[in-house]
Amino acid sequence: MDAKDILGLPKISLPVSQEKKSRPQKDSQRKPDGISREVYALTGGVAPLMPSIDVNQLKKRQQQPENEKITWEWLSFTNSARKDDLKLYHWVRVVNGTPPSGDYSFAKYNKYVDVIKYTDEEYEKHLTDPSWTKEETDQLFDLCERFDLRFVVIADRFPSTRSVEELKNRYYSVSRAILIARAPSPADVSGHPLVKEPYNISQEIDRKRALSMVLSQTKQQERKDAEILSEAKKIMESRMAAKAAQDAELAVTSNTSPEGMEKTTAPVETASPSNIQATSGVAPLMSMADNAAAAAASLRMLRVYLRTYALDQMVQAASSSAGLRTIKRVEQFLQELKVNLKPKVPTKAVCAEHLELRKEILTLLNLQKLLQSKEEGSSHREGSYTETPDTPKRGIDQDRSFIPDSVSFGERVGKRDQKRKW
Amino acid sequence: MKNGMHFIRGLFLKDMPQNSSKNHSSNQQLDVTSHTPKSPRTKMVRSSDDNEKKNLVKKLKDIEISVPIVYGNIAFWLGKKASEYQSHKWTVYVRGATNEDLSVVVKRVVLQLHSSFNNPMRVVESPPFELSESGWGEFEIAITLHFHSDVSEKPLHLYHHLKLYPEDDSGSLSVKKPVVVESYDEVVFAEPSEGLFARVQNHPAVIVPRLPAGFSLPPVPAEDADKRKRIDPKDNPLTQWFTNFSEADELLKLAAARQQVQAQIARVRRQLSLIDGQHQQQLKPPSEL
Repeated sequence: MDAKDILGLPKISLPVSQEKKSRPQKDSQRKPDGISREVYALTGGVAPLMPSIDVNQLKKRQQQPENEKITWEWLSFTNSARKDDLKLYHWVRVVNGTPPSGDYSFAKYNKYVDVIKYTDEEYEKHLTDPSWTKEETDQLFDLCERFDLRFVVIADRFPSTRSVEELKNRYYSVSRAILIARAPSPADVSGHPLVKEPYNISQEIDRKRALSMVLSQTKQQERKDAEILSEAKKIMESRMAAKAAQDAELAVTSNTSPEGMEKTTAPVETASPSNIQATSGVAPLMSMADNAAAAAASLRMLRVYLRTYALDQMVQAASSSAGLRTIKRVEQFLQELKVNLKPKVPTKAVCAEHLELRKEILTLLNLQKLLQSKEEGSSHREGSYTETPDTPKRGIDQDRSFIPDSVSFGERVGKRDQKRKW
Repeated sequence: MKNGMHFIRGLFLKDMPQNSSKNHSSNQQLDVTSHTPKSPRTKMVRSSDDNEKKNLVKKLKDIEISVPIVYGNIAFWLGKKASEYQSHKWTVYVRGATNEDLSVVVKRVVLQLHSSFNNPMRVVESPPFELSESGWGEFEIAITLHFHSDVSEKPLHLYHHLKLYPEDDSGSLSVKKPVVVESYDEVVFAEPSEGLFARVQNHPAVIVPRLPAGFSLPPVPAEDADKRKRIDPKDNPLTQWFTNFSEADELLKLAAARQQVQAQIARVRRQLSLIDGQHQQQLKPPSEL
């Protein structure tokens, strides 16, 4: 408004009159029925989106007092939950002169546990236990009554150190025995929860241990467990699938089950190699021969297959122990030898020869690697000898200095032999 | 939770040692029998009242019969008659490697063409198992071989990329010389039934290993040789373009390659033993040198 004054713009009379009109409308809205104005103002002065109180109800409450005369009086009362006769005073709503009847409204919350009381005879007859004296049992029951079967507190208060599970076990077994002994016939008591499901102390100890382990798991452990569970799920599923496939076949060979297990043990191994110690016996089984046998078995299961497919499977099985780089090197080798990576005429003989060739190349590459590592090892050793100043080794030093470096090992073999002879 | 983990691990642990022993025994069996079918064990599959039926269905273990096939396509450029959408006339087929009749094992061949063709799924019920069409594009054809019920219940899938244009880009398209692309493969039937074996043992399309002596097959009515000739695919005009696949060339190359590799292996082994000898010398105390 001031800005308009400054700018010298004429004040528009219309919006002003609109404001005046909207105000009385708001006023009528502001006074909802049933709630006083002050209370309504507490809610922010705006009607709630969803009225929680039915407005009609509010008016009804006010009608009742119009019929009756209500006074408030300072009266005494007794509490049935108390053992003494203490009389306390409080305000009481008196309707038409008559005070309200009934017990103190909070007396009903005074609950007790029914702890069984046994006589000495009963104890002699049914309740004797080698690990519990009568004294201890009596103490236990006394504490149970005092503390309403809160065994944690009882265990803390118990004179001799007993675990919570032991106390529970004693209490429940005694109660159970008494129940059964006092019952006129076993059928009557068989419905009682104590009789139906007796306290199993070992189970309880295990359960609590497991629970504490779960609660104290670190995040890493949680993740590991989740991984293992998912792996187990996968394995179960693959087993189911394998079983289903087996069932579908007319003739089931004995090879399939160990083959299936082979494949499933492999993922279990990789999942948790450090945790499972017993798998060390399984690892040597994963040799090339087993892979080839497994591949052959799976091919036989197919009944009908293409020779090229069979070759692929056998090649994969043979090179399963090799890494990707080694496989690439094998293929490079084949190309250098002018051999097709996939034979053009895959007959039985050709495929067999091809497979054997690949295996031999793998062997060659492995041997070459071994040779290299041994050469490096020996050159390391030579280096260390030249460095140590110990007298007895100097003789070797002089010998070694004649021998050339291991790089040109292969070619110098003949020369070295000659030198060593003197 | 952890208890559950232990249980699961225990499950597998329990299983593994058993399996390892199973593995050993079965592997030994496999090693012995996989090289040569010395004494093929026959397995009873179905037991029926009829004794002959039983025999026919018995599976011959460690025996495989194979059918060498060649599949591919021949494409002719239509030259003057070529239109935009029909530039080539091509035939895709599956044949026996030596042009023998495949219907002895193959019941029908289903070819899945590109979706732009009418009825892209074509079925050929009788030999020669080929399909001719005209078109302009190259695409992958899925070939499914369905076999007779005594051969196999499961079909076999092959994939062939239809080739219309020759490899060399600038190669002149000739109406007379077609583009031929063929692939050789062998369909292997592992553990055939006795009946099937007997039926096909004399058929030229099938390679059948020799059964060891003392093994008798139930008699099967011999097929009439004349009947077979009636549907002889050798009368096919396309035969002149078929490639002759010979394994001899590849066998030679493979043998040469293997010799080379074996020589290298021997050399590396010698070097290794030399180093080992050297290391042993190094370990000896100097006074002995």
